[in-house]
Amino acid sequence: MTRVLLIEDDPAVRRGVTLGLRRRGHETEAVGTGEDGLMSLAACPPDVVLLDLMLPGMSGLEVCRRIREISQVPIVILSARGDDVDVVVGLEFGADDYIVKPASDGVIEARLRAVMRRLAPSQPVAGTGDERTTHGDLEIDRVALRVRKRGAELALAPSELKLLLFLSAWPDQTFSRQQLLEQVWEHSYYGDSRLVDACVTRLRAKTEDDPRNPRYIQTVRGFGYRFGPL
Amino acid sequence: MNDRAFAPGPPRPRRRGVTLGLRRFFTPGLRTGLILGFVLVSALSALTTAALTFHQARTAILQRAQDNAVHDLRTQVGSLAPDLPAKPDETDLRTLTRHLDRAGGSRDWRTAAAHGDGPLVAAHGAPPELPAGLRTSASAATTALVQRFHQGGQPRLAVALPVAYADHPGRPSGLVVYAVFSLRSQQQDVDALVAAARAGALPVVLASVVPALLLARRVLRPVRRLRSAAERMAQGRLDARIEVSGHDELADLGRAFNTMAATLQADAVTLRSMEGKARRFAADVSHELRTPLAAMTAVTGILDGEAASGRLGAETSEVLALVADETRKLAHMVEDLMEISRFDAGAARLNLDDIDVGALVRKSLALRHWQDRVDVATPAELRARLDPRRIDVVLANLVGNALRHGGAPVRVLAVAAGQDLVITVSDDGPGLPPDLLAHVFDRFTKGDTSRTRSEGSGLGLAIAAENARLHGGTLTAANAPEGGAVFTLTLPRDPA
Repeated sequence: MTRVLLIEDDPAVRRGVTLGLRRRGHETEAVGTGEDGLMSLAACPPDVVLLDLMLPGMSGLEVCRRIREISQVPIVILSARGDDVDVVVGLEFGADDYIVKPASDGVIEARLRAVMRRLAPSQPVAGTGDERTTHGDLEIDRVALRVRKRGAELALAPSELKLLLFLSAWPDQTFSRQQLLEQVWEHSYYGDSRLVDACVTRLRAKTEDDPRNPRYIQTVRGFGYRFGPL
Repeated sequence: MNDRAFAPGPPRPRRRGVTLGLRRFFTPGLRTGLILGFVLVSALSALTTAALTFHQARTAILQRAQDNAVHDLRTQVGSLAPDLPAKPDETDLRTLTRHLDRAGGSRDWRTAAAHGDGPLVAAHGAPPELPAGLRTSASAATTALVQRFHQGGQPRLAVALPVAYADHPGRPSGLVVYAVFSLRSQQQDVDALVAAARAGALPVVLASVVPALLLARRVLRPVRRLRSAAERMAQGRLDARIEVSGHDELADLGRAFNTMAATLQADAVTLRSMEGKARRFAADVSHELRTPLAAMTAVTGILDGEAASGRLGAETSEVLALVADETRKLAHMVEDLMEISRFDAGAARLNLDDIDVGALVRKSLALRHWQDRVDVATPAELRARLDPRRIDVVLANLVGNALRHGGAPVRVLAVAAGQDLVITVSDDGPGLPPDLLAHVFDRFTKGDTSRTRSEGSGLGLAIAAENARLHGGTLTAANAPEGGAVFTLTLPRDPA
């Protein structure tokens, strides 16, 4: 059972999504404003946040930014395509994925499950390989799912952690954006590559000494991304 | 057998081309026409003036020559004749003509005299030749007769002066004095006149070309302005106007043109704003529909589950399944409407990525479980820069249509052609009806009119075409010669 915090201003959508998820066995707390959402988050931390961007009062983007200040809970934006720019900003503010409205309960659940999985489906499972690896200043623990840089633990959002774990499991190997979308986000092949780019940007800001001249997550022009070589 | 009635007659001579050619030859441009007309008029007037002047001058020259000659002859004869006897003999006449010849001076005439029907007597030798009939008419005349004639190619003048009795001025004495002289100097004067007229007329005609050109320019400038404005309007620039000055007919035409252009422009603005409103309305409606649809779509899973649970009656289950299915279709339709609205509003954005085309095609098919029903041929390592989500939409639409309306096997073929990527989707179905071919990318065009509603929203191909255009590419539809529809998507491999 998953605890979902739904922040959505339209009562019908709020009720529909709540009913849909509840029928699938998820406990859903639904609130109508960002302020209520932040209060609820502090009072009883959920497993995942489903966040509408068009909110009265505090905007969805602001809510996203404030959640990331205090928590690394998975955030999925519930958006209407057309609010394209907002989606990109939301991703840059630390959201892990987005769902385009209208979406069926099945699609919503699948996306929530994907974002909550701590490891990518094809990633080496803990226990079969090196559980702790060191790459330059980075120390990656695949069992505890922790990343330290020069001893200090990094606060990584779920998608950031998953991307880093995936890329570092195959150092020096280049993955296209579409491959990363399939493996890390469990999107279909033709998914939105901006998810990858936004996540890489955030990850670099946290791991790299100079994000504009990255060592760990390197861009391979015309193909995609690669971990190292260091 | 009346086959012959339908047999084609002998081929008709192709006169049309020739007639057209001739007509074009004989109807020069307005400018040429104006100049030709002007020159013609000036040439005609110059010619007429010259001809009249020449004629007057020539008559005056000749008249004076013969008046002088008659006057001189009369004076000489008047001073010599009183010395003659009433019936002068040949010797008297010879003496008279000798005197007269001498008195001619610079005129250099040759004189002769005759009395009654007597022979013509000249001063020396044979008498000068006279024009035929002069003698006959002179014998009956009471006053001087003058006749021009040609002798040996020379113009000559013959004067016949009947001499009257001194005491009876009205009675002819029977003596007639003739004088013949050359008109060569007068002819030279006339020739000089002709030369002068010709020399004057030609420059006048040539000079008339200059005002003709100026006039043509003046007349044709507004025409040219009108033409260039009309051409600008034809290019869609409805703000084209003409600078109008003056109050002549051409200025009126220019004003009429400006009025027409202004009306057209106003109409176009109105139409455009109406179209914009209609499109905004469609966008607003879909936007408003989306929120309730989002609530409904979020519970379709529950409806599906209840309908399949077996706990409910058959009809209730059917109702639930119906509502769930139609909600999904409605959501799909609204999504397509929103997508078209974004293209109309220019809000559609490309998210380009470097893509392996073969992988994209195969994933696109696999996602919809079509991989076993479609033959795919793509070269290995064919990469292009494109928006994978949008190309997936295009492929899903084309292949979906081919599977639905066409016939197996459906083929997807991707090749690199220079700087372009060309993807064709073809089927072995009946192909597109000719009347549909031109409208296949229009909104809400449906392949099968017998059905009131098809699977799709009716916007699929319109969206596919817009997606191709957004990439700077094209999407075209055709029928293959061997049958079946062929859709060709051409995209630049690296859009700038």
